[in-house]
Amino acid sequence: MGKHQRFIENLIHGIFLFLGLVTVGCVLLITVYLILSGIPAIRQIGLLDFLLGDTWESTAKEPSFGILPFILTSIYGTAGAILFGVPVGFFTAVYLAKLAPPKVKAVVESAVSLLAGIPSVVYGLVGMLVLVPGIRQLFHVPDGASLLAAIIVLAIMILPSIIKVSVTALEAVPQEYEDASLALGATPIETYFRVSAPAAKSGIAAAVVLGVGRAIGEAMAVMMVSGNVPNMPSLFQSVRFLTTAVASEMAYSSGLQRQALFSIALVLYLFVLLLNAALNFFLKRKKEG
Amino acid sequence: MQSNWITTKRKGYIGLMRGLMALSTALTCGIALFLIGYVLIKGLPSITWELLSTKPSYLAGTIGILPDILNTVYIIVATLLIVLPLGVGAAIYLTEYASSQRLVTVIEYAAETLSGIPSIIFGLVGMLIFANSFGSCLLAGALTLVIMNLPTVMRTAQESLKTVPQSYREGAFGLGAGKWRVVRTVVLPGCVDGVITGCILSAGRILGESAALLFTAGFAHVLNGFLSGLGSPGATLTVALYLYTKEPGPGGAQASFAIAAILMALTLTINFAAVLVGRIFKKRRAL
Repeated sequence: MGKHQRFIENLIHGIFLFLGLVTVGCVLLITVYLILSGIPAIRQIGLLDFLLGDTWESTAKEPSFGILPFILTSIYGTAGAILFGVPVGFFTAVYLAKLAPPKVKAVVESAVSLLAGIPSVVYGLVGMLVLVPGIRQLFHVPDGASLLAAIIVLAIMILPSIIKVSVTALEAVPQEYEDASLALGATPIETYFRVSAPAAKSGIAAAVVLGVGRAIGEAMAVMMVSGNVPNMPSLFQSVRFLTTAVASEMAYSSGLQRQALFSIALVLYLFVLLLNAALNFFLKRKKEG
Repeated sequence: MQSNWITTKRKGYIGLMRGLMALSTALTCGIALFLIGYVLIKGLPSITWELLSTKPSYLAGTIGILPDILNTVYIIVATLLIVLPLGVGAAIYLTEYASSQRLVTVIEYAAETLSGIPSIIFGLVGMLIFANSFGSCLLAGALTLVIMNLPTVMRTAQESLKTVPQSYREGAFGLGAGKWRVVRTVVLPGCVDGVITGCILSAGRILGESAALLFTAGFAHVLNGFLSGLGSPGATLTVALYLYTKEPGPGGAQASFAIAAILMALTLTINFAAVLVGRIFKKRRAL
């Protein structure tokens, strides 16, 4: 190999190495930017006052920046979405992975990918015009834009990720496990729920964590149906999530208010990083198990 | 025959599980059907040629979404143009060049982290990095979406690179080709299917994205050419939908449903294309 050619090979190796490192660079960039712009407001407000303060009045004369309502709303909203979404997703996944005839499976799977592909603003729009008035009439509350509406929208939005990942996990269960169970006299349905599902539990846990990640990060759909008032979370009250707190005030914010919004984003980011670590933990266990 | 030795309790359990599965599957499909039906029924009647071919005019009080359609196309094209070389290059590094397992783990972990970050955070960081330095414009939005879609493109390219048989590479090396030549002539052609799948997936994601664009790409409804469009602020279809829902009066609601119906149709098309492409490549591979 000539000197010239070796130089070119090395150069190209270098270029590809650089391209490979772009991803790492992006993560670092995001992390650094969020920390740098999120810390000043937390310093000024005080960490405890910021995280545990229960009033958010960013535009008042004497503003107070407590984000406990947002944190609790995000947690309750996500928990509610999981409560509704996971059982529906799990049972659908078992049906798809084990029982459905190929044609039915193809149809249901395309419905699931459609749900995954629908833009979040469309969910928000339909939620705003169907769900919100529906809740108002059904429960006789003054305004249907509430935590409940957000929970229902989120539950639907996380269904596709839960179903897809769970189906993959259930399909990967070794045939021998099921054969053994069937040979011992269990019926197919008993086998799927008492043998296959427990065997796939790491994968299903990963699916749930993925759903939590999607629910906690969703902004637009939730903003359109939850009313956007910084109340402490309650099922029929208008609430504001961590994501919507950032999205709703960013356009007109300035000074400390703007910095506080960056701090909210930092808190959200930390939540997401924790979830990622959890996801990795479950996936690794799946590989080892 | 079975019924003789299965106790009532077990029968109850089996029946319950069957019922729950049927109910859940029906619910999932029902929601999907309802969403398509509702949006199309409400939206299709409002789609007129005038809506599709004009820009909004405050003087005439009419709404047109041509600028939003063009902005969406511009932003998809710009994002894909930038993200493809980055993502495919990263995938090539990981499968062909990387010798240190630790570095591979780090890059893959970074990609995983990136794909888990909520779009509102991308929007915020994109605003800080891009929009604050050269103003909110479609290019700032596109660059933000590049970061967002990098993991998708990288992963699909990587998956298809893994399916290129090792013997092809060895054959090329054996004939005396250098590494770059092998990558260019043997490996790259093998990952075309992954690249196309990645493009389709990313296009779908960009089409549906709104939170990341709100503070980076701005929300103007002005007609522009491709290059001047990249340099000026503009709303994509999803952002326009969001803006029109806040507009008072029936015109705004009509426009948002029309856009929702268009988005729904495009989503269906993209899903169909993804399935189709997957099937075609599978067939070709089997040959």
